[in-house]
Parts: sequence; structure tokens; C-alpha cells
Amino acid sequence: MIHSLFLVSTAGHIFLEKHWKSVISRSVCDYLFEAQGKASAPENVPPVIATPHHYLISVYRDRIFFVAVIQTEVPPLFVIEFLHRVAETFQDYFGECSEASIKDNVVIVYELLEEMLDNGFPLATEANILKEMIKPPTILRSVVNTITGGSSNVGGTLPTGQLSNIPWRRTGVKYTNNEAYFDVVEEIDAILDKSGTVVFAEIQGVIDACVKLSGMPDLTLSFVNPRLLDDVSFHPCVRFKRWEAERVLSFIPPDGNFRLMSYHVNAQNLVAIPVYVKQNVSFFETGSSGRLDITVGPKQTMGKTIEDVVITVHMPKVVLNANLTTNQGTSTYDPVTKVLVWDIGKLNQQKVPNLKGSLSLQSGAPRPDENPTLNIDLRIQQLAISGLKVNRLNMFGEKYKPFKGVKYVTKAGKFQVRT
Amino acid sequence: MSTNNLSYNEQGGGAEPAVELGQESTPTASGSTAAAGLFSTDFKKNEDLKEMLESNKESLKLEAMKRIVGLIAKGKNASELFPAVVKNVASKNIELKKLVYVYLVRYAEEQQDLALLSISTFQRALKDPNQLIRASALRVLSSIRVPIIVPIMMLAIKEAATDLSPYVRKTAAHAIQKLYSLDPEQKEHLIEVIDKLLKDKSTLVAGSVVMAFEEVCPDRIDLIHKNYRKLCNLLVDVEEWGQVVIITMLTRYARTQFLSPWREDALFDENSEKAFYDSDVEKEKADSKPYMMDPDHRLLLRNTKPLLQSRNTAVVMAVAQLYWHLAPKQEVSIVTKSLVRLLRSHREVQYIVLQNIATMSIQRKGMFEPFLKSFYVRSTDATHIKTLKLEILTNLATEANISTILREFQTYVKSQDKQFAATTIQAIGRCATNISEITDTCLNGLVLLLSNRDETVVAECVVVIKKLLQTQPSQHSDIIKHMAKLLDNITVPMARASILWLIGEYCERVPKIAPDVLRKVAKSFTSEEDIVKLQTLNLAAKLYLTNSKQTKLLTQYILNLGKYDQNYDIRDRTRFLRQLIVPNEKSGALSKYAKRILLASKPAPVLESAFKDRDRFQLGTLSHTLNAKASGYLELSDWPTVAPDQSVRNVEVKEWAPSLGKPKATKSDDKFYSDSGEEEEQEEEASESGSSGSSSSSSEEESSSGSGGRTSCRLCCLLSPVFVPPKSHELLHRMSGKGLAVSYHFPRQPCAYSHRMVSVQLTLTNGRDQPLEDICVGEAGPPGIAIHRFATIERLQPEASITVSMGIDFNDSTQAANFQLCTKTDQFSVSIQPAVGELLMPVTMTEQDFLKEQGQLTGMNESSVTITIAPDSMSSQPVGRKVVSVANMGVVPSSQNSIHRFAAKTVSSGSLVLSSVVLQEASTAKLVVNTEKTVLGSVLLRELKTALSQG
Repeated sequence: MIHSLFLVSTAGHIFLEKHWKSVISRSVCDYLFEAQGKASAPENVPPVIATPHHYLISVYRDRIFFVAVIQTEVPPLFVIEFLHRVAETFQDYFGECSEASIKDNVVIVYELLEEMLDNGFPLATEANILKEMIKPPTILRSVVNTITGGSSNVGGTLPTGQLSNIPWRRTGVKYTNNEAYFDVVEEIDAILDKSGTVVFAEIQGVIDACVKLSGMPDLTLSFVNPRLLDDVSFHPCVRFKRWEAERVLSFIPPDGNFRLMSYHVNAQNLVAIPVYVKQNVSFFETGSSGRLDITVGPKQTMGKTIEDVVITVHMPKVVLNANLTTNQGTSTYDPVTKVLVWDIGKLNQQKVPNLKGSLSLQSGAPRPDENPTLNIDLRIQQLAISGLKVNRLNMFGEKYKPFKGVKYVTKAGKFQVRT
Repeated sequence: MSTNNLSYNEQGGGAEPAVELGQESTPTASGSTAAAGLFSTDFKKNEDLKEMLESNKESLKLEAMKRIVGLIAKGKNASELFPAVVKNVASKNIELKKLVYVYLVRYAEEQQDLALLSISTFQRALKDPNQLIRASALRVLSSIRVPIIVPIMMLAIKEAATDLSPYVRKTAAHAIQKLYSLDPEQKEHLIEVIDKLLKDKSTLVAGSVVMAFEEVCPDRIDLIHKNYRKLCNLLVDVEEWGQVVIITMLTRYARTQFLSPWREDALFDENSEKAFYDSDVEKEKADSKPYMMDPDHRLLLRNTKPLLQSRNTAVVMAVAQLYWHLAPKQEVSIVTKSLVRLLRSHREVQYIVLQNIATMSIQRKGMFEPFLKSFYVRSTDATHIKTLKLEILTNLATEANISTILREFQTYVKSQDKQFAATTIQAIGRCATNISEITDTCLNGLVLLLSNRDETVVAECVVVIKKLLQTQPSQHSDIIKHMAKLLDNITVPMARASILWLIGEYCERVPKIAPDVLRKVAKSFTSEEDIVKLQTLNLAAKLYLTNSKQTKLLTQYILNLGKYDQNYDIRDRTRFLRQLIVPNEKSGALSKYAKRILLASKPAPVLESAFKDRDRFQLGTLSHTLNAKASGYLELSDWPTVAPDQSVRNVEVKEWAPSLGKPKATKSDDKFYSDSGEEEEQEEEASESGSSGSSSSSSEEESSSGSGGRTSCRLCCLLSPVFVPPKSHELLHRMSGKGLAVSYHFPRQPCAYSHRMVSVQLTLTNGRDQPLEDICVGEAGPPGIAIHRFATIERLQPEASITVSMGIDFNDSTQAANFQLCTKTDQFSVSIQPAVGELLMPVTMTEQDFLKEQGQLTGMNESSVTITIAPDSMSSQPVGRKVVSVANMGVVPSSQNSIHRFAAKTVSSGSLVLSSVVLQEASTAKLVVNTEKTVLGSVLLRELKTALSQG
């Protein structure tokens, strides 16, 4: 399946290659560079490129192209999903997935890739299994290694998870404090039109868990209002039959951080849009200038404060500079990338944040005929905007009393206001 | 970027500044890094690594290996360190060992001879009690792409396929593909292993073995029958990657085995087991029953459905395509929600999913219509995502939702991304042609856009308007006039050409303007693009025919310009048009029809989706994404018209699919699926083709005989034979056998029945038109030759063939074994004459042992000859191959390139047979054979001599 993997930086530097079958010359990446040359941004490079003898399937994330070279028919999503899994593993191991961290840990990266694929077919992709085979780098271990001359980073026995029916959990987990935390994170995807009416809005949510429990706990998580959940996808640990029958999540959790489920909220429920935006962006026919006036205020927040509000505007290319004043937060305009960022912070009822001022355009250039879209970022703590509520969490199979916690957050996903 | 590529290949010994060395090494590099920094060239740097590898300190070695892996990762050449690295293959330190494995797999192909040194370590590790070590030994052994070890790999795979650990069996399944790509001739043997592993009940193995199946023998659907229900039932517990592969395979399987559920009178209810017979209109060939879904078909659909909830997008897509290709039409829509959910995933995932939705939405608007808004474009989407969303929106447009979609399109047209705006205009055009109610609205909207400031937008508008006008030109002369005015400002060639064509086509509707336009373009003719010139010529010709009074001179002028144009297309067209329209004495026949030719009413273009014919590919495949057949793409077959036998999937009854007509000694035993596993295996070993029998039992035999220690060769251990293509000999001709033809070959595998026997495989083919019954071996002779008979073949169908294996103890002589082959009615005397090389079993030993043993076998026991060797066999590989093709001998490592040594034992008595080829100058070579069996030795010498001197 996957023949070779190349990691390429945005600048076109191939900084890692790994081959699972016979070696393929790195010149095959030239086709990617060609596509990159044609595309206006790295995001626009098509994920599948056919070359005379190979096919390149690439994903672009964290400013790195992960390029898989394949030779025969394979479901492209299979490769894409795997490449993302590789990136996530790096993230998990090194704290970040970047060119520098990969270069620093090249040996571990190689050992990981060796375990993750055999002959191009995924072998072990579960973080729990991998960590038993190859220990993640920690400061302590690198210090110890330097002093003692290196104890092994590689496990000598087959991880227990690999053979069991629950490959995501290792045996013999032990904690002094047994804790289980669940974060219900909801994102609002919305498109508002010029007048502020909702063109499209939906809520997606995920439940991220951090479970540090000894032994083999069997957990059951139930909701007050499971009917809200319209379409769900689960971590493999969740027993689908129980969900079908009783609408509860029953699972033996992996050890550590994982995404328990993601869901989509029933489309019939109207989405409460927590903010309103009034904007007026206009470019004058003469004098190569324009005016901008944006006001943001809270709306339907169920008594919670809206935090971390940031408005990002991708200005047309002819906008040379912006001369703006605001009564709250800071605004910056980057004339190179043409991005205006207005970092507002908290929204409070009394004072409505406003940003206004003038835009200077390139002289002689025609007036841009489209107004830029506003992208809004925000965060509301202690609130799941859909109203989803966790009822209770029960644990079976172990005797101790775990510490349990549930946290709710609402964020803006792809929240756009057209102007 | 290209500079990297340059440096990659030329890295070899090039001077690489030492400064970089410090950066290359991993951060854990301690003292050694500083020391290394002192050296100044690449050559010396590797020298230093070599020293570290040869030191006694484990930590230094590890350090060196880490740096070497760093070099490999950067694509730099570290192959010259091979000898130093390979020595550490047996290291106790697991991390060091793993890194050595990484190195070996990378470079073994380039350094085949040296790589062989490591093989014995792996063979030992294959027997290690630790399953991880066994598995990783097999992984590395099978990843070393050295053709000479094919037989060792084969043996190791067969052994691992019966390992107790499912993890090792999984690795074996992976190794099958590796061996197959290294040597496709092993296919038949590998299929046997695949067949065995398909029966495995471990979820760990299932995905990997199906992968192997897909790669090695995707057409052997018959192997799946028995495992179909098990695979369906295991599916939910298989790891996610395996699920994808299994689902894809089962989709193909189901299309060949079940009837189409897409019939009008179909019954789909999961629980309606009883067929109800109502009036049936459709009469297909044989069956007039209403359609009833095969329970196995239902089983597949039911068991894949929960996987739509998988977090793995590839699994969801696989299930979606399975439903698309297999489910009754009304059930397909359950996948919609899940597919839409995938659109929230990564950009690349969106791209693939949107492509598949685009194909689906052409055929089934209803599936995605409720989710119309999920396909709205955001300004932050990548270009290819935007285009696909637009495509889908266009596909989904109906009379009911078109106003919403058009409103949405209006915002897109104003996008800053002008290319996207242009694509939107095309989409509007498609909507306008598809839904006739809105054609006028769209047209008006597009005309407004003609005053847009951006040229790409305007150009696209012109092109689309042109197409729209063609569908209803009658009432739109004002639009044509408007566009004629635009000609002065538009510079995009395609748009100019479109306007000219429009005016030419409808010149009678704009009689005043048309000649004026021609005048304008005549003026700028020389500076126009080719496509504009061609349309100018067209316009001129059309006007000449309709309005020759005003345009005669202009047309003449343009035709003259065209005659001397640089582009020959334009010259051709000019010549053609002149002959057609300008009457002269020579042009007779055609010019009468000129008007009808040029001004024929033309059919309006149909604006179609680019995804129109994508459904010829299975959804979710690479081929579908590329819209071109990728190599290795497996066609999805059409539904069978007549249902294939359902009972083949019943596990109790053991029979092959009738269509294949492959005979098999069948014993119907009613065992339940759950406990049949073990017994099945044993039985098969006895009854089915003999080569499968060698998998587990033979290897045990071999290892016991190897360690059992015959006196003559304590120092050597048995080696699995090197693979050579089997030479088949005729045993019984079809004519003399009254239709029964038998051929035999020596598979060179240890005989399962006795270690003194040579294993022989017979292939029996029935050339008669009646089945042959009770084929068995009758009397055998001469005394001193023992024969292990094959089990009686109860029945051999016409045109069918079967392979059986038998063992013969030739007693180390080349005397023929005679025996009778009996059928129910006849008896045939046949004889097998062994080649001397087949009486041997390969062994391996170290070079020193070889020399020692050779020293003891001198005088009478040595025979030698000097031969002239064929020029192409002067290098090591051909010599080895030639010797091995004649005699079943093992290769002994040699320190000199010019000397090749081979060792074997006779099968029957276990006497050592040694042979060496010393290449000398002027293509001569000295060939020596040492053995106690002098007769055998001299015959072998003769055969080797002929083999080596041939070209």
C-alpha cells in the first residue's frame, strides 16, 4: 500500500524519507513541488497527484507536507487517515509536530514509522501500544541516558494490547490518584449574511477525555438529553450495541488522553448564535480609500460571558493599510498577508466593542467589488450551547472511588459573517 | 528544491562539511559528537562511525547506529558501512538490534551477498520463545529484497502461518505480499498459505490476510466462500485498517455472488423470511420468483452498518461505498449523514468525500438534498474544495431549491478568488440549462455581470451566455447587441471568439451590427489569437453568404490575410472557406450547399457535470479520485443474472464452487463452523495438494534431522532449498494413458512421509470426456526403492486436473522407480527417472567447515574437471543459479569472489556432497565435486559441467 513517505517543509526541503519497500528516489517529490508552484497556498495543493509511475497522496498540516508514495490502487482516504494519524502520533510524542521536533527526534520517528507500517500496511497505530514499544522522549530519560550511557528506549516484549480485544488499553496501569475528566466541547459553524441573518448554522461537538484510572475500569457515561445527538462517531472502545439500545456510552477507556466521541446536534434545534455583529465595510469609488466599522455584542449567551473574541478579516489585495481605532482590545493589520486581526477579549454587556477607521487602497487600482468576510472566534466557558448535559458516570470492574469531572466549553468553529 | 535532489544521489563519498555532522546527530549524542567534529571529510566521518560500531561498548554502537539512521532518514548514502553494521545484527540490545534491522532493510537489496550473512541470525530468531522477536525476525527477513533467500522466506512464512501467536501470523500475512512482489512465481504456494490464514479466527490476522489475498490472488473468490460469514461476523472487532480492506473485498465478492437488489419487485424486509409469491410481470430467464435477498447479503449489510459510526474516515467511506454498490436503493440513504459528518474532518478528507458525494449526487439527488447547506462554500475553503462544493450544489439544484442556490451563487460570484467566481458562472450556466424555468433569470443575471470589472469573470460570462443563447436564440437579439459592444473591451481570446461566433451564427438577427463587427476585427486580425482568427474567418464566411453586398470586400481582405497566416490551421480553414463560398469555375458541387453547410442550425451544447461518468469506478477508490484507472484497480463486476449457488458459503459442506470445477477429495462431515478449524487443517494436508503439507510438518522434520546429527555432517545445518522454476517431466502421455495425462516434477521440498524420501509431485489431468475414478498407485519395483503412494483419487472430472505428492526413496542412485498407475478400468506402467541433482538436500556450513570437510574427501572421493565457462556466468549470481538449477544444493558463503561453494547431503543416506567452482582467467573454471558416493559424484560433475558451459 504505502510505498514510501517523505516529509517536506513548506520551503520544499525534504527532511525525512522512509521506504517500506524498495527505495523510491526523492525526485518523485518534484511533482508535488510543481503542484505547489501552481497553487496559490500550500492548502490548495491537491491531495492526490498522479505521476507517470506513482501516485502521491499528501496531507498538509503543521506547515509540513506528509507525502505518501503509492504504486497501486488503494482507497485514498485510507492513506490520508493514516498520514494524519502519523502526525497525531508525533504530536503526542514530541508535544508538537514540527520540522524541528521531528529532526531532533529522528531516531524515535524512524522507530515509530517502522512499527506503524509493515510493508506499507498499518501495523500498530494505537498510541497506547506504541508507547509500550517505544518510549516517548522525556527530559528525565535523556538525562539518565547521557549519564548511564543509554538504557533502551525500546520495549522488548509484545505490548499486551496488541493481542487483546482492547488494543487501546495496556494492562497493569497504576495510579495513586484515580481521575477521569471529560471535556464537552461544542463548536458553532455558521454563516451569517450581510444583514446578520443566519444562512447556515450547526453545532458539532466532541467529548475529549483524560482518564487516569488503575486496572481495567469499565465506564458508563449517560446523558440527560441524548436525543439531541443526531449523528455520532465513537472511539473504538465504545460499545455500539449499548448505544443503539440504551443511548449510554459504555466503554473500557484507553489510558490517558483520547477523543471519546464526536457528534452532530440535531438540525431541527435552532442554533443560538451567541453574538451579533454589525459591520460596514465600504470602499469609495474615488480617492482610493475605504471605511470600516465593526461592532460586536453579546446575544443569547444564557448568562455566561463570552471570552477570547477575535475577529479576523482577509482584506482584498488592494488594501495597503488600515488606520483603525477601537474602544476595546487591540487591532493589527498585516499589509503583507492582508489580514486584519482584532483581538477583543471579553464581551461585556455595558460596553459594546467597536472598531472603526479608514482603509487606504493602492492608488489607481480598481475598487474591489467584494467586501471581505469576517471570521469570528470566541469561547464560552461552562456552557454547551446545544444544552447537552452529562447525567452521570459510573465505574464498574474496579473497587476504588475515582475522581470525576465534566467541563463544558462552547467555541466558534467556522463562524463567518459575509459582508 | 531541485538542489536537494541533486545532492541526494551524489552523496556517496562527496565532501560534506563536518559542521553539519554535529547537527545530524541526535540530541542524545554525548561525548562522541565532539570527537567526530574534528574530522573534516565525509569519508572520515564514516570511518569514525565504523570504529564506533566495531568497539566493544554497547553505548557507542548504539550511538553510531542512531547517527546512521539519521543519515538514512535524510536520504544520504550510508551503504559503505554495511559490513560493520551487519555484524551487530545478533546484538542483545533490542534498540540496537532494531536500528540494525532498519539499516538492513534499507540496504540489503544493494548488498545482497553481505546481507546473506545475517540470514542465519533471523532463522534462529524465528524460533525464539518471545513472539515479538519471532515476528520482527520474520518482518525483517521478508523485507530484505534478496531473491536468493526466497525459499527461506517461503519456509519461514509457512512456519509462521501456523504459529501460536496471532501477532506472528499477522506478520506472516504481511510477508506473503512481500514474497509475492519479490518472486511472483511463488504464487501457488502463497495461495495455499493465504487459504490457511483465511481460516484463522483471530481478528488480528483477518485484515492482513485479506490484504494479502487482494494483492496476490484477488480472482480466487472461491477461497472466500467458506470464510465469508466468519469475516462478516468478525468485522466489527477487526482493527480499523483491516476493516477497510475487508469491506472493499467483500463488496467485490458480493457483486459476484448475490442477485441485484435493485429490482422493482424486490422484497427487502429483513425479517420476511418467507417468500410471498405475487403476480410477477417481469420474466427473466430462469427464475420467475420475486426477488428475495440472500441472507448472506443481508448479513453483510447488517454487520457493516455500525461501522458508519467509526472515527476512522476511511472505514466510514468504505461502508458508504459498500451500501452504494450493494444495498437496495431505498437503504442507501442511511450513509448520507455519516458522509456529511466526514466533511468536518481534515481538508484532504473533505476533498475525497466531496468527490464521492459529487458522483453520488448525480444519480441520487434526494440523498443529499436535505444537507444542501452543508455544501455552502466558505471563504476559507481551499480552491479544490470550493470547486467540488459548487459541483455538488449544481447537481442538487431542483426547481424547488434553485432560488436558494442562486442566491448563494450570487455571493460566490463576488468572491475575491476570481477563478472561483468564474467556476460559479459555469455552474449558473449548468443550472440554467437544466432547469428551464430559470433560464431567463440566469441570463439576465449573467448579462448584468458582463459589466463586471474583472476580465476572467466577464469572459466566462460571455462563454456561458453563448451556450445559453444557443438553446433559445429567438428572443435575445438585444443581448447579442450588448455583447457586440463588449468586443471592444474584452481581451480574453475565448470570450472574443465566443462573441464572434454568436454574431456569425445569428447575423440575420443583427443585420446592422454584424458587418461593423467584421470591420473591426478585420482591422485587428493580425494581432488576434488563433482561436479568434478562426472565428473571424467563420464570421466573414457567414456574412458573405447572407450579406455579400456589404461584406464582400471585407471578406476578401480577411481571406487574404488568412492565406498567409503563420498557423497552418488558419491557412487550411482559409483555403477551405474560399473554395466553399467564392464561386469559381472549379468549385462546383459543394458551393451550392455552402449556405446549408455554414448556417445549419446547430444543436445546443449540453452542459454536463464533470462527474457524469465517474460512476464507472468503484466509489472510494483511487481510480475514482483520479478519474482514470490506477494500476491494480479491480473492476467491480455486474450483478450475476442467475444466482450462484448459495450453499458454497455453508461451512459444513466442503466443496468448491461448481463454476470452477476443481476436484477435491471431498468428505462431507457435518461439523459446526466453530470447531472445524483444526481438523480441517489436518485433513487438508493429507488430501490436498502435497506442497501444502510441507508447511508445518515438514519443517519440524527438517529441524529434527538437522540437529539429530548424522555423523558425516555435524557442522552443517540443513537449509531450505533455493527456489528454481520446477521442470516438469512427462510420466504418462494422454494418448497412451487413454485420456489420463500425468506429469511430474521435483518440488525440492523435504518429503513429509520420510526423511529418506525425495518428494515428487504428480499432476494428473483428465483428458477424457468422462470422469476417471479411483486413481491410485499399483505395484511398484524394483526392490530397494521404496514408494509412498498418494491417497486414492476418487474422482477426477473431465478437463480437470489435480496435483498429488508422493515420496520415493531412490536409495541415492539414479535408477528409475517403476510403478503402476491404476484407474478403475486400466493400469499403466510408468517410471520416474530422477536427475542426480534431485537426490540432494541443500545444507549450509561455514567456509572453514567446508574446507575441513573437503580436506577429508580427497583422493577417490574427489573428481574435478576444468571447463570453459559461458561468458555471462562469470559473475557470482549466474554461477549460483546454474548450479542450483541442476542440483539441489545450498550456497556456502565464500570470502573470495572467484570461488563459489555449494554443499548438500544425499537424501537417502545423508552423505555429504560438496562442490566448488573456482573461476579462473580467460573464462575457464575448475569444477570440483567431493563426495563418498563416487558414482553419484561423477554423474553430478558431468551435469554441472554441461550446465555451466552452456551460454
